Amino acid sequence: MTAQLAAYSTSTGEAFQFWVLGTVAVIGALATVFMKKAVHSALSLAGTMIILAVFYLANGAYFLGIVQVVVYTGAIMMLFLFVVMLVGVTAADSLKETIKGQRWLALLCGLGFGILLLGGIGNASLNDFNGLGQANGNGNVEGLAALIFTKYVFAFEITGALLITAAVGAMVLTHRERTERAKTQRELSEQRVREGKYVPPLPAPGVYARHNAVDIAGLLPDGTPSDLTVSKTLRDRGQIRDVSSEALNDLRALEQRSEERLERTEIEPATFKREEASQ
Amino acid sequence: MNPVNYLYLSALLFTIGATGVLIRRNAIVVFMCIELMLNACNLAFVTFSRMHGNLDGQVIAFFTMVVAAAEVVVGLAIIVSLFRSRHSASVDDASLMKL
Repeated sequence: MTAQLAAYSTSTGEAFQFWVLGTVAVIGALATVFMKKAVHSALSLAGTMIILAVFYLANGAYFLGIVQVVVYTGAIMMLFLFVVMLVGVTAADSLKETIKGQRWLALLCGLGFGILLLGGIGNASLNDFNGLGQANGNGNVEGLAALIFTKYVFAFEITGALLITAAVGAMVLTHRERTERAKTQRELSEQRVREGKYVPPLPAPGVYARHNAVDIAGLLPDGTPSDLTVSKTLRDRGQIRDVSSEALNDLRALEQRSEERLERTEIEPATFKREEASQ
Repeated sequence: MNPVNYLYLSALLFTIGATGVLIRRNAIVVFMCIELMLNACNLAFVTFSRMHGNLDGQVIAFFTMVVAAAEVVVGLAIIVSLFRSRHSASVDDASLMKL
């Protein structure tokens, strides 16, 4: 392995691995950008990151390869998925452009930037690779540790401060402080009386004698369902069930069954035929 | 194969990430593209470390990872609190300071 790394050119196996996995990595990156749903983007990005971990291992960075899997795909991508779960499912990306022609200009900018970057690398003289054979001689982790705790020890300390600041910052940002005391039940009832609104308790849900489930709106004297009878949570979710047509459907099913038993198919209404065909 | 190809791949991934930041307007996807750019930089660092034959590049890549972790924590917290106040994760909706 060390002899390979010291070589100017890589082995055939590494070349094969590079071309196969590199293609997959680029496809994954493109999918991250162009997938419509955030979950699909996150999964493609996780795939790209795992492939990058393999490339780190191939480049002799054994410690970084493992850390990449543990930290990036293990922790960071899971954090992303959690936030997508909290936020992204309802927040679909609108495809309407707010600035006219912005997408094409952005693509053009990206293309130009890429050409510039690749051209720059192509023109640089990067042909003598020393390889990590000597640097990894005492082991990659030992070599990194020796550098981190001597030459880069100050940066390492600063990193600790940064991590603590980030943890505290995340807690401060997501923790919601109550700005005022929650109202007690007594205060709420007094407020209702003062405003003269809904002074008696709210009407109960359910249409008696047919259903008394909590997600079914009770009927007012004139027969219209009242949304007030259903809990606010169900109302917000739009989970109020409407049973006004259920009795008619039951009747229709009963008629159909009796007709099937009596084999009186000739007088079956046309609507039922169509329903059966669609099923 | 010349190991310079790793640098080309890194440049390509960085470009894709930068284009994604410009194109997408879902804040979470924009953030993922930033992560992609950071990863591409790490790959370049590791390749340069191999090129020069010392481990300094890998140490820098390690620090980049730590900073990226801190950045993700704070950034996602900002996105969550933005979503709470605006009920949207689109970067267009955070336009309170627009004239």
